[in-house]
Amino acid sequence: MDSSLRGQAGALQVDLDGDNEQAESAQAGASTLTFAQRNLTRILEQNQQRQQKNIASKAPENPADGTTKGKPRLLLMGQRRSGKSSISSVVFHKLPPSETLFLESTARIQKDSLPSFMDFQVWDFPGQIDIFENPTFDIDAMFGEIGALIWVIDAQDDYMEAVARLNVTILNLQRTYPFIKIEVFIHKVDGLSDDYKLDIQRDITIRIQDELSDHGFENAPVTFHLTSIYNHSIFEAFSKVIQKLIPRLGILEAMLTNLCRTCRFEKAYLFDVTSKIYIATDSAPADMTSYEICSDYIDVIIDVTEVYGSWPRSDKYREGLEGPPWSQKLEDQAASNWAESCMVLSDGNKPIILREVDRYLALVAIMKEDSYDKIPLVNINVEVVVQGLKEFFDITKPR
Amino acid sequence: MADTETSVSQSLASDIRSEVKKHKKKKVLLMGKSGSGKSSMRSIIFSNYIARDTRRLGATIDIDLSHVKFLGNLTLNLWDCGGQEAFTENYLSQQRVHVFSNVGVLIYVFDIESRDVDRDMATYVSIISAMMQYSPTAKVYVLIHKMDLITMNAREAVFVDRVRLVQQKTTEFTQAAGITSELDLIPFATSIWDQSLYKAWASIIHDLVPNLSVIESQLGSLGTIIEAEEMLLFERTSFLVVSSWTSEEGQGNPTGDRQERMSNILKHFKQSISRFTGTPRNAEQFILMEHKAGVRFSMFVCKFTTNTYLMVVLPPGEARFNSARLNCQIARESFKFLDGPAAGPSQGQRT
Repeated sequence: MDSSLRGQAGALQVDLDGDNEQAESAQAGASTLTFAQRNLTRILEQNQQRQQKNIASKAPENPADGTTKGKPRLLLMGQRRSGKSSISSVVFHKLPPSETLFLESTARIQKDSLPSFMDFQVWDFPGQIDIFENPTFDIDAMFGEIGALIWVIDAQDDYMEAVARLNVTILNLQRTYPFIKIEVFIHKVDGLSDDYKLDIQRDITIRIQDELSDHGFENAPVTFHLTSIYNHSIFEAFSKVIQKLIPRLGILEAMLTNLCRTCRFEKAYLFDVTSKIYIATDSAPADMTSYEICSDYIDVIIDVTEVYGSWPRSDKYREGLEGPPWSQKLEDQAASNWAESCMVLSDGNKPIILREVDRYLALVAIMKEDSYDKIPLVNINVEVVVQGLKEFFDITKPR
Repeated sequence: MADTETSVSQSLASDIRSEVKKHKKKKVLLMGKSGSGKSSMRSIIFSNYIARDTRRLGATIDIDLSHVKFLGNLTLNLWDCGGQEAFTENYLSQQRVHVFSNVGVLIYVFDIESRDVDRDMATYVSIISAMMQYSPTAKVYVLIHKMDLITMNAREAVFVDRVRLVQQKTTEFTQAAGITSELDLIPFATSIWDQSLYKAWASIIHDLVPNLSVIESQLGSLGTIIEAEEMLLFERTSFLVVSSWTSEEGQGNPTGDRQERMSNILKHFKQSISRFTGTPRNAEQFILMEHKAGVRFSMFVCKFTTNTYLMVVLPPGEARFNSARLNCQIARESFKFLDGPAAGPSQGQRT
């Protein structure tokens, strides 16, 4: 399935390299589209069959499925005052980082359900409670359907105890739930020098891996991230965590890589608009600066839309607009029902484009120098990919 | 459509030239108590600092003179006066003539958190008195600054209260001094952490731009022709709104502070771009931004003349959008006078 979908994504795109007229390539796009459509329906059917088979085979052994299935859960754990609640407020509730100083300490487990492209839950644990020593916690309910465990360590504090507790947690979990992904956020690294950051990361990594291998777990799924709420690193880290939870991420990435190649993009991101987490990117190496600019661009578009797009115009005005000389419904006058945006930088005339995919997602890409003239063609390609993405989410959506 | 536009612009072109006058370099004085935030706001507006960066600024020693180029033909002669008491006394005694003569605008900054309001008022009154002596025609702006420190729902009341106090002190002084003409105070509540700063400064700048009526009428005719809902003309570096035009329908927009908000949004994004490209903050960062929000609205911001950006908000529609962009390109010619050195056309006419 992987290879066929990837191949079809390639066929969908109009190649920009030739000096085709726009009309010609649009035609070409249309003809491949029918082929692609056929291909997609076939895949869709295959997939449905497979899923039915999967569900049929799984159902008896795991009856708890169904209700909360498809709502991956992120658990935020760590010592008290390590910054767990600050992280969840900044990332998921848009709190300005400077105001996290006033957050109260968390007394009980905070469960947040986030409506997003995939509805996930964030559980914020109070740091002072040790769940393995407290029998009132239903460990099975907690970790049974977990997506990832995020362990936050304050890098500016003495982290020995945090590392020791993390080790205990990992050892406990590895026995019963070996597939849980453990993400360690080495937090509050703003203000530390680059060398010192890396030293801390190395030290923590070694301490945890030594402990694990002493107990016979060689390749435990533990990943380390250096984070801070005062820059984009926390979003970057969350993006990587979320990406691990997406089924068939490889196909998404292949689609974006393909788009980048045909349209000569430097970098493309698929963003979750509300949280600014990117859920996929192309295969080119990701750097922080391109992520930052794309994420800031989304902010600009959201703000502008809030100012000018959120109030209703009068009916009379609308009638006037639909009258001569245009004599068309406004819906027909607009090229697309979804937001399309583009910005050209002075530096090398680089365009950045943004395209709304659905209510939650947006595709943002940085293009090569001087390619603004090709925007109409690029838009056609992006449109095709967006359709592909929609089909993808339709197919992979948990039923 | 494009043709009508050019003819309009040509007929207007002659009017403009007659209106362009050489702008005298009147002083803009920035005064207030030490630590009230004068240099911070100046850096944000004119030097592309972000609010966070102003922490690095030290105290201003004596007077920091700067000539800020604005719109090419307008040079602001900005005097940022250090507010420590020793300096203030010096301004009022030894440097009195030097500082207070030929003042065009006085911007007096009050720190809302100040503990010694009476003393602030006393200093304020003595500065007003010096100014009335040497430049009685100057405009006075009173900025009640650091409003972000007041809780949201108390802001309005605190502001009104403080303005009343300032006004009362001013009237007391004018009556005592026997000045008949009423001194006109223009108060603003400001904070460097939101868009309120842009509102105050846009209004200050607004009064200093010489041929404003021409710009406004031209913007209006352009707007009507391209069926725009709103047009904002920004200055290139500060992104302050120089002039604006709103259609009848556009006036229904419930967001009252949208001009300042747009200044703030675009200026912030300019800084993001500068971090991305690694170019200096003051450099030009983008040429064009277009956004089509489906059937809700479309908008674009484009580089207009050398010193300005134009933002146009339009109803949806691909054809309307493209023709508006072309028309704005053509209209550029008739706004060229914004760039020329002020002396250019008027000198030509004189000789």
